[in-house]
Amino acid sequence: MTRWLLLAGLAVLVVLPFAGLPLYFLHLAILILIWGMIGTAWSYMGRFGLVSLGHGGFMGVAAYATALLWNEFHLVPWLGIPIGLLMSLLLALAIGYPAFRFRVVGHYFALVTLALGEVVRLSIIAAREHTGGSLGMTPERVQPPTDVSWYAMQFTDKRYFYFFALACWLLALWVWSRIDRSMARSALEAISEDEVAAASVGIHVTKEKLRVTLISAAFTGLGGVLLGLYQQYLNPESLSGIGISLEIVFAAIVGGMYSAPGPTIGAVLTILFRESLRTYFGVQLIGMAETIYGLLLILFIIFMPRGIYGALEAWLARRAATPPAAPSPGAAPIA
Amino acid sequence: MLRLHDVSAGYGTFQALWNVELEVRAGEAVAVVGPNGAGKTTLLRAVSGQLPLREGDLEMEGRSLRGLAPHRFVQAGIAHCPENRRLFPRMTVEDNLKMGAFIPEARRHYAERLAWVYGLFPRLRERRGQIAGTLSGGEQQMCAIGRALMSRPRLLLLDEPSAGLAPVIVRQVFELVRRIRDEGFTVLIVEQNIQQVLNLVDRAYLLEVGRVRASGTSAELRDNEFLRKAYLGI
Amino acid sequence: MFDFFLLEAIMGGVLFGGVLALLSLGLNLVFGVIDVVWIAYAELVMVGMYTIYTFHSILGWPLYVAAPLGIAVVAVLGIAVHRLIIAPILDTPPINQLLATGGLLFFLQSFATLVFGSQFRNLGLTMPILEFYELYISFARLMAFCVAIVGIVGLYLFLRRTYVGTAIRAVAQDREVMSLMGVDTKRIYLITSAVGGGLAGLASVLLVLQQDVHPFIGLTFGPITFMICVLGGLGNLIGGFIAAFVISQVISIGSYYVSTELSYVIAFVLFIVAMFIRPEGLFQKRS
Repeated sequence: MTRWLLLAGLAVLVVLPFAGLPLYFLHLAILILIWGMIGTAWSYMGRFGLVSLGHGGFMGVAAYATALLWNEFHLVPWLGIPIGLLMSLLLALAIGYPAFRFRVVGHYFALVTLALGEVVRLSIIAAREHTGGSLGMTPERVQPPTDVSWYAMQFTDKRYFYFFALACWLLALWVWSRIDRSMARSALEAISEDEVAAASVGIHVTKEKLRVTLISAAFTGLGGVLLGLYQQYLNPESLSGIGISLEIVFAAIVGGMYSAPGPTIGAVLTILFRESLRTYFGVQLIGMAETIYGLLLILFIIFMPRGIYGALEAWLARRAATPPAAPSPGAAPIA
Repeated sequence: MLRLHDVSAGYGTFQALWNVELEVRAGEAVAVVGPNGAGKTTLLRAVSGQLPLREGDLEMEGRSLRGLAPHRFVQAGIAHCPENRRLFPRMTVEDNLKMGAFIPEARRHYAERLAWVYGLFPRLRERRGQIAGTLSGGEQQMCAIGRALMSRPRLLLLDEPSAGLAPVIVRQVFELVRRIRDEGFTVLIVEQNIQQVLNLVDRAYLLEVGRVRASGTSAELRDNEFLRKAYLGI
Repeated sequence: MFDFFLLEAIMGGVLFGGVLALLSLGLNLVFGVIDVVWIAYAELVMVGMYTIYTFHSILGWPLYVAAPLGIAVVAVLGIAVHRLIIAPILDTPPINQLLATGGLLFFLQSFATLVFGSQFRNLGLTMPILEFYELYISFARLMAFCVAIVGIVGLYLFLRRTYVGTAIRAVAQDREVMSLMGVDTKRIYLITSAVGGGLAGLASVLLVLQQDVHPFIGLTFGPITFMICVLGGLGNLIGGFIAAFVISQVISIGSYYVSTELSYVIAFVLFIVAMFIRPEGLFQKRS
């Protein structure tokens, strides 16, 4: 039953761009898919207690690497993207290996990742001759100008990007289900409960943590690259730094980071919410949309920490459960 | 002075105390003994308000304290000297004692109280500026008891004062408790060291797996056949 | 040859360090006692700056009224943060507190944009530049440094000498035992939050004299404040104090030799490296 539902959903998604909907919706769909993927990637780590407040760093590194390789060396994105992803992986390795080896956890880990995101952002700004600094940069238009360039991965028609994004998002979800069903999941859950105990039963803590971090960084980097290619504009604030990193985290939290559809639902909610607030308030009250968004975030953490999807799951589970039997009075408690 | 009536308490789904009846009269020294895990510490935490009661009632000098916040218990005259001393490790002896007199009633007469505690424990006065974490085991216990006394309690709860201390020091600590008792304080002491504590107190309760199995004067308990075989190894 | 510009940079670093130290104290105090990191701490400072701006530049009140009011407002804000956001989630996993205060960061930034717009605002004060044997020192910076030191000494005396201050230190060391002594830990948390907010308020007074305020100004000194606190050991007031001056020197001297952004990058990288050498912070005793 669920199988058919999923296939039907997939069919809808594939057909969507040809359904004659306004371009604006296609634009939103692309953003939702990309941010859904990024949120899912963050949740690979987040669900196991590895809270990163610097995922923007991975986005920025991959996106700028790809764009710079194109602009300065005319290296096609087909080669540039793998190199960009490699940079993200190296960054994750450089931070992750020492952090996990030296047991940097909890608050300290979160703040180290925060520092990382800032390092990337500031480095991008500092290299302003190449990156354009805070003003951002645009990838060069391929010459001669054309509507469809597979060579440069520049397409006027959004539908090309839609399918790229769809493919990547599906891949990210597939990886999620693979992780879910693997030994790695049990290992990471054990680690998140009690690292020392996990290590004492032979779980290689550093290796497991590093592995999930690298996967997370790769997909996040891919998301950054896609954003750069789609929007044909890169900016250090929107691709690195604490601001964007927090946004990723929030979307995942709102949707629910412990389940596959959660982060994507979070992306849907945040993007739709933002857009509708923006159209409602327009340019009259700049900042009103974000203010309400921020307020809702706080309320979400306090009242629905497992996100909307998580709360839904819990509610469904409660309805299905039978009330527990009352304990017999003569039972002796554990001494 | 203190009366526990049909008290049940626990942690989450786990019940640690079942229908406990306990009484401490003014001026008495009463012990609660029993093996590890019997619920002795749980009992003390219930008496000092750290743990809410599931059932039953707790009365101090006729007033029910059930459901009150922990700091109200101190104001009611109950002071709890916790297991393992729990001093503030990076603060001086004097600062530690100071914290004992936090409640407004005690704070007003703080200087007086401090002088009195130093009178009881001259060793503490000698070491008043020393960091508590660097004191010896016996001195730490002295400081912990002194801290509890700073609020001039009417009932002093001592949780395993001999824990982790060498036998010679344990004797000294019990000597201290005897002196406090002689000053007129009412004491409820929880101990694993049954032999020594029975010499100290008037009455005792035997707690096993969360229930009171036996109670009586120290003499009665010492003569108790079951107790002797199981706990005193006689 | 004696490089006066370098000396100026070093002096600037020391003065800057004073304000950073003040900032780190507030954050460390709250963490040490309540065990939460206020991610939005820099944004509290921003609120203070805007408050003083409103009272002084918009309402026209004199500075010696606006400044204390600013401090009071942020102190109250600190209490509100604890009461409304932290207290309800105190027993949940620490990530929730990080994220909730992160949400507050968002909220405060956007609220400021809503109310004041995103343009840079300034008190419009010009402070003299002092000349001292060929060294040029900004008077504003010097005064900020002095006030910061006064604030730090004040905090020290408060924590060491007063009853409440000692109680705050005690709660930081063992909060369970405190309730055995009849201490209402909730009240201690509120007082600590007020003091933390007050310190942020004091920092905002010092900053608003020297700099423009805009809704995202928190992003310029927020992350660096976290780094300083962690470097000195989260919760360790003295460690944070020392780390503040170390980092401020790195930034100041770095700005002199390379660009400002790069100097921050260096500072952050040093921080990351230091984390690997001593994960609990350079001055934390291993527990």
